[in-house]
Amino acid sequence: MNQLASSYRIRIETRLDNPGWTRVVSSILGVILALVVGGFVLRAAGATDPIGTYQEIFKEGFGTPADWQAGVTALLTNTDCPKGLLCFGPLSDTLVKTSPILLTALACILAFRMKLWNIGADGQMFMGAWAATAVAIFIFPPGTDRVLMLGVMALAGILAGFIYGAIPGFLKARLNINEIIITLMLNYIAYKWLEYFVVVGPWSIGDFESTGRFPVSATWPRLTEAAKSIPALSGLTAHPGIFLGIIAAIVLAWIFKRSRWGYEIRVIGNNPKAARYAGISLARNTLLVMGVSGALAGLAGMNEVAALRELNGRFQRGLGFTGVIIAWLARLNPLAAILVAFLFGGLLVGTQLIQPQGIASMLQGVILFVVVGTELLFRYRIRFEKIERVAIAPEALHDG
Amino acid sequence: MTEAINAIEMHSIVKRFPGVVANDHVDFACQVGEVHALLGENGAGKSTLMNVLAGMYRPEAGEILVSGKRVVLHSPQEAIAHGIGMVHQHFMLVPPHSVAENIVLGLNQPRFLLNLSHIEEQVAALSEQYGLSVNPRAKIWELSVGEQQRVEVLKMLYRGAKVLILDEPTAVLTPQEVEVLFHTLRDMTKRGHSIVFISHKLDEVVAIADRVTVLRRGKVTAANVPAKGTTKAQLAQLMVGREVLFQVDKKKAQPGDVVLAVEGLCADNDRSLPALRNVSLQVRAGEIVGVAGVAGNGQRELAEALTGLRRPTAGKMTLGKIALDRHTQWLKLGQQLAHIPEDRAVFGSVAELSVAENLILKRFYRPPISSGWSINASAVRQNADRLVVQYQIATPTIETPVRMLSGGNLQKVILARETSERPYLMVAVHPTRGLDIGATESVHKLLIEQRDADTGILLISEDLDELLSLSDRLIVLYEGQIAGEMPAEGADIHTIGLMMAGAKADA
Repeated sequence: MNQLASSYRIRIETRLDNPGWTRVVSSILGVILALVVGGFVLRAAGATDPIGTYQEIFKEGFGTPADWQAGVTALLTNTDCPKGLLCFGPLSDTLVKTSPILLTALACILAFRMKLWNIGADGQMFMGAWAATAVAIFIFPPGTDRVLMLGVMALAGILAGFIYGAIPGFLKARLNINEIIITLMLNYIAYKWLEYFVVVGPWSIGDFESTGRFPVSATWPRLTEAAKSIPALSGLTAHPGIFLGIIAAIVLAWIFKRSRWGYEIRVIGNNPKAARYAGISLARNTLLVMGVSGALAGLAGMNEVAALRELNGRFQRGLGFTGVIIAWLARLNPLAAILVAFLFGGLLVGTQLIQPQGIASMLQGVILFVVVGTELLFRYRIRFEKIERVAIAPEALHDG
Repeated sequence: MTEAINAIEMHSIVKRFPGVVANDHVDFACQVGEVHALLGENGAGKSTLMNVLAGMYRPEAGEILVSGKRVVLHSPQEAIAHGIGMVHQHFMLVPPHSVAENIVLGLNQPRFLLNLSHIEEQVAALSEQYGLSVNPRAKIWELSVGEQQRVEVLKMLYRGAKVLILDEPTAVLTPQEVEVLFHTLRDMTKRGHSIVFISHKLDEVVAIADRVTVLRRGKVTAANVPAKGTTKAQLAQLMVGREVLFQVDKKKAQPGDVVLAVEGLCADNDRSLPALRNVSLQVRAGEIVGVAGVAGNGQRELAEALTGLRRPTAGKMTLGKIALDRHTQWLKLGQQLAHIPEDRAVFGSVAELSVAENLILKRFYRPPISSGWSINASAVRQNADRLVVQYQIATPTIETPVRMLSGGNLQKVILARETSERPYLMVAVHPTRGLDIGATESVHKLLIEQRDADTGILLISEDLDELLSLSDRLIVLYEGQIAGEMPAEGADIHTIGLMMAGAKADA
């Protein structure tokens, strides 16, 4: 009669503890899983060997050990990079791409920490690029000191981004208008704004859809400028803009961890009602966070035009959206964003030559999708559970 | 075999939640035609056990018998098909819909066409039969809380519930409405229904139940005790596991200067309807002023207006010499004005932040916690270390997120933050709601200590016993107006009940 049966079942339950490693693991797992899924898509798009394609992307984006070795040798012996090898070329290109997306990612991280869904970093970046360009070619004469010129361009980019971010911030703070819709739509206004100036409008030189080359003082100094004394640097376009992002990331990390403002942002982000209860101003912080978020994106725009050395109709869209994905993959940690942005920079550079052209966006999309999905892993855990069975009287079995 | 038949039986039910065993091999049975009280402190597992019976939760182990037959309940629909219906603490009604619409909500029948007038007739007949008067055409939002509860009961009866589970049904009712409910329940048992009455209020249990089963920490400590001949003290001991003093030790109050003066205060509720009408009151240093009233009569709006969470539409509020108005910087007022909010988790704390970070919520902007832009991490730690010891907050570390704390410990975090700086005024809203008896006692002691340290306290509570034992003066709110005021000592609970229901005090 008293037979005790036991079996197991799988249960998904809420985690009570969130050890830090779950975040790291789920991010890494997300990327791996995304690469697997992306592999199937590549397959479907005609790639016979997706793993080979990934290797090619990596090589294009970061180079190979042989390249790096040759680069180091060239540096040490003060010679040119041997023919047929890329040396630091891919790394340099990747650093150039990393600068703007790191800044747009930081813009997203700041806003997302307060649960403000600023997906307008793209537009804010465009406005920053526009304002920096105005300074570069219309306000200061070409002969201006380079440091002064770049400094003022950066300030102009920051200011334009701040204003363009503060508009949805103001609407949210005052009228509680959804910032997602507004920031998204403001992107398109910014695209058209830029298009008006450089494609059809007053800044276009002839039919080139471009402002034409900036004066040297308005461009980032590149490594290749030092190629006369150090031949190994020849052709490298890496510039100091990357440091803007790294400094901004460190400052942002400090703000979140150690500052009053960061504390307010975290309280509001986690529980706006508790923030109101404590007397923290939601309206002020909404405006400020959206503004500063926009300012970071605006700085990304300045950074990008100073690297491109002109503003033209092909100014790249979507770097703000890449920032969203980096922010998410970095789990809103500014320091982690440095590494993630670098990897994404490599992805963007590495996929430039891959056909069809949408591969980079496709992989980004899949990564975001999978990473958001793997959040399950740190919100919930899977448990295998033994089921106890009480003895069941035989007559009860008949009824069951 | 007993002569009475068990309507339902539960054998050896086990239900686990992450970190706790809510029901640990619990046996429970309810006979046909009885009111069976399920008594226990908050967190004892009463609601969990009944959610298992109502098909909301599936137990890890154990079996359920309905009329002697074993059943497996996968959903509330299956439970109701077996005649088991539950009225939850939080009503599951759709406010813009009518009573009749709510009653048929979620039913499979009718499949396509809703003959509403036919249903309305049925509902009307049912409500007459059971004395649950409510207009089937009324919209839910137009109804009082008591009426909404009747709709929930009708909903279950309409679905053919023979066993009705009521989860703390009296929490939202006036003493008079409780009487009406009890009358209805007795009437229903005469018609062969069985009632499971979940409560932690001893008086009610003694008044309504035929038998009592007591749960403590997920286990049955007493089963099927006849309510007749059992005293409150005995039940309390079974419930808490030790003797309980029902009296709060306090000296006579020594009221000092007026710390809070409110004149002609008006405020709207969330639906922009007037919730406070011309309320004037004073709180002096060193006294506790209790605010009684049925939930939703302006208590929340009063507390929110006083603490800056809601902007009044008219009136004047003065804290000591400071006027509380639109120019008030509430952040800077935090140290003079303490607030134990109605909902610990929603207003009082930030779940994802640590104990230490929650303890600085009202003082992060001034020294020693912060200087200039930055927050001094070691000052944050020192503050937390000190308060955790002083207020005996049980937490693994000060870095633990507060969502991991029990309700009682979370409340201690809030109390520590709010009371450790000797505020002028403390607005305490339901400070012991959801706490077990032990935690309740320590909160009560703390409030008295604060009072004796010359803080003026405005205590808003739905628990009349708590109000009567803690307060020095009592104010009754009804529909946003002060319906009466009296000294708490010797106050008559019947009179208070009448005022809560809208009758003016005798002139």
